[in-house]
Amino acid sequence: MLTGVPAAVFYILAGMILGSAVMVVSLKNVFHSALFLVLTLFGVAGIYILLSAEFLAAVQVLIYVGAITILMIFAIMLTAKLYNAKIKQANEQVIPGIIIVAALLVATIFTLTRTAWKVSDQAAAVESTVGIGRLLLTKYVLPFEVVSVVLLTALIGAIVIARRD
Amino acid sequence: MVGLSHYLTLSAILFGIGIFGVLTRRNAIGILMSIELMFNAVNINFVAFSKFVTPSEFVGQIFAIFVITIAAAEATVGLAIVLLIYRNFKGINVDNVNIMKW
Amino acid sequence: MLANAWIIALLPLLAFVIIVFFTNRNKKVSSAVSIGAICSSFVLSLIVIASVLKNPVAREFEFTWIDLLGFKIKMGLLIDPLTAVMLFVVCTVSMLVHIYSVGYMEGDPRFSRFFSFLSLFSFSMLGLVLANNFLEIFVFWELVGLTSYLLIGFWFEKKVASDAGKKAFITTRTGDLGFIVGILILTTAAGTFNFRELFHSVEAGHIPFGLLTAGAIFIFAGAVGKSAQFPLHVWLPDAMEGPTPVSALIHAATMVAAGVYLVARTMTIYLAAENAALVVAIIGCFTAFLAASIALVQNDIKRVLAYSTISQLGYMIMVLGLGGFTAGTFHLYTHAFFKALLFLGAGSVIHAVHTNDIWEMGGLYRKMKITATTFIIASLSISGIFPLSGFWSKDEILAVASHFHNPIFLIVATLVAGMTAFYMFRLCFVTFFGKPRDQERFDHAHESPKVMTVPLMVLAFLAVVAGWVGIPWLKHGYSSFVYHHEPHHVEPNFILMIVSTVVALSGIYLAYAMYYKKSISPEKLKAKFGFIYKVLYNKWYFDELYQATIINPLMKLSQFLFARLDVGVVDWLVNGVGNFTVFLSDVKEWFDSHIVDGTVNGLASVTRGMGSGLRRIQTGQLQNYAFVIFFGLVLIILFKLS
Repeated sequence: MLTGVPAAVFYILAGMILGSAVMVVSLKNVFHSALFLVLTLFGVAGIYILLSAEFLAAVQVLIYVGAITILMIFAIMLTAKLYNAKIKQANEQVIPGIIIVAALLVATIFTLTRTAWKVSDQAAAVESTVGIGRLLLTKYVLPFEVVSVVLLTALIGAIVIARRD
Repeated sequence: MVGLSHYLTLSAILFGIGIFGVLTRRNAIGILMSIELMFNAVNINFVAFSKFVTPSEFVGQIFAIFVITIAAAEATVGLAIVLLIYRNFKGINVDNVNIMKW
Repeated sequence: MLANAWIIALLPLLAFVIIVFFTNRNKKVSSAVSIGAICSSFVLSLIVIASVLKNPVAREFEFTWIDLLGFKIKMGLLIDPLTAVMLFVVCTVSMLVHIYSVGYMEGDPRFSRFFSFLSLFSFSMLGLVLANNFLEIFVFWELVGLTSYLLIGFWFEKKVASDAGKKAFITTRTGDLGFIVGILILTTAAGTFNFRELFHSVEAGHIPFGLLTAGAIFIFAGAVGKSAQFPLHVWLPDAMEGPTPVSALIHAATMVAAGVYLVARTMTIYLAAENAALVVAIIGCFTAFLAASIALVQNDIKRVLAYSTISQLGYMIMVLGLGGFTAGTFHLYTHAFFKALLFLGAGSVIHAVHTNDIWEMGGLYRKMKITATTFIIASLSISGIFPLSGFWSKDEILAVASHFHNPIFLIVATLVAGMTAFYMFRLCFVTFFGKPRDQERFDHAHESPKVMTVPLMVLAFLAVVAGWVGIPWLKHGYSSFVYHHEPHHVEPNFILMIVSTVVALSGIYLAYAMYYKKSISPEKLKAKFGFIYKVLYNKWYFDELYQATIINPLMKLSQFLFARLDVGVVDWLVNGVGNFTVFLSDVKEWFDSHIVDGTVNGLASVTRGMGSGLRRIQTGQLQNYAFVIFFGLVLIILFKLS
């Protein structure tokens, strides 16, 4: 439970995240959307810190912001025709979409606030970084290796797909 | 008092916004960005649960790491495809990519 | 043993069936089958007669034909002396005619059919005389009428012949109408068809007198038709269009005798209803005179014989009406032989000179000795000259007539006897003697083949001796054999014998004088009695009378009915049904094409519509598909929540 200043920080971060997210999905200019995405991702990193997941926050910034978003901006630049486009970005599914999302949200939030989560008051035994490192190399070493292979595959696949021939 | 449910609510709303983006964006990259939002929402969920329900274990965070990794892979391949689409359709307006129909 | 007497009738029927189905093409076999059948019947009937002679009690054999919940119709045989006499007559004459026809009908294209009809007729007539109840006798009565029609109109290509057949059938049918009514009256009153039971009823007085008289008269109507008595005599002269053997068999000896037989068989009824009997006698008497008068002036040899038959039948009917059962049946028996002989002889003459007109004949005695001799013998017999059979039977008739309180019958009968002798010998003299009137015909004439002359000789023999069984001095003669109730003892009446002989001889002499010696001129007489001659020659204008009063109105009525009823109503109905059916099929066609096809086509177009509607889901747009997925997800969640 957070109270006081951390709580306020949470609300500020939450506002930032959600505001930026809304911007991401609604701006006409896709480059601006990408920038707001960066903002969102930063906000999420801040949330991670509030949740005592420091390592994850670092990873988030490094990879998401540093790599993925840059990648997206590259792609945007490469498909530059739309860089300045003033075309309407939203298609005809807006209203049905709103309805669906609203319904989903109502249902989900309704459920999760009613549920009695088994919250425990224990404190973490070690720091998250230490703990994660340990787990990754003992219990979850297989998924770790598999993920590496996945990355490799993705890499090769992307090259193959985007090859000009 | 910010508790677990607040984080979960935040995650849910973010997820909803992500869905909205997937359904409505015309630009293919815009759709990919919306999917990233959804990933992030899920990650927040994982970590929140990890912190509040099993503080001594970091399984949730490990999952979140994996999610990030996979998201990266997916973004790579997705953007490669977008490039292809751009080449073939002379634009990335997904409205035009409708040949998988009757 | 006697119970099998029905075989006598059945054999000719069998011959008919065999000829019709099997041997029609083979002339020789057909005639052999027919003759074989009738000869066998003849032999069997002789056995029956012998049995009856030994034991003259009437015997009856019956079997139940139809049994409808207690109402039984029985068929059977009645064998008594009357039956025996009739069997003998029918079988003998039929057999001789069969043999004669082999020669007479030679070369005819329908030779086999003729014999089949002869056999059918023999079957019908034999069945008629063997019958033991009214229903059965009526069945055979009609059969006899049918075969008569078939045989009269045998040469149906000639319109005259087919018309004659129709006339015969219709006229006798008119009489049969009365016959049916009579049967119904009597059998309803007595409650049975059977002769003997009915007669017992009558004698016991169970039947009211009025009904009895009515019934008797109506039954007599049938006899009037069949035996060609006044007023239904008009068909018999026309029936001469048929082949001569037919005339000999049917219209001289047997069928026309059926009426006489009927009255004789039902004698009990007439004895009980005296008024009816008187009617019978009067009609018979009048007919005898009427026919004899017409015969005096006819020029067709067969016509003369036809009217002679009518006249002789009149004799028989008259005497039966006066109660002379024995006399009537005796004359029937003798008449059969000499009349058949006369017809067959006439046929022989016609066969030789190919004409019926006596004024084209003449002097044929020189060319056809056997025919001529037998013909003259028959003429003597019919004229009643001692000691031929005709003498004895005619005398009996006169005797019975003389016992009646009113002498009118006797007087007329005697007069008719004289007329008979006259016209018969007129025929003889003109045909066989004198100079030939047509030289060509005379030159071609020749005697007929043996197959035709032998029957003539047999019949001539019978014409002489057949009557001898009835000679009054005989102890066990005809009258002790055939009688009604008690044996009839004939007292020889010499006065009558002498008177009748004198009358006959004067008739013959008159004919001799007019037509042989030519001392009296027929032409002068004709001129003097011109009007009477005209009436006689035109048969008292009966045919014209009937045509005007009965036939023409009926024809008009039927034409009217045809035009109005048949065409107007019946055809309208039939066409209406046809039109309605067409209308129904139009309705059905509309239904078929609109509703049935509409349903089928409608199904197809609904499917197509749904298809074209549903395909819109497949837009090819990724986001649409995503939307659908999320939509489904939300639904599931909501569903789960509630």
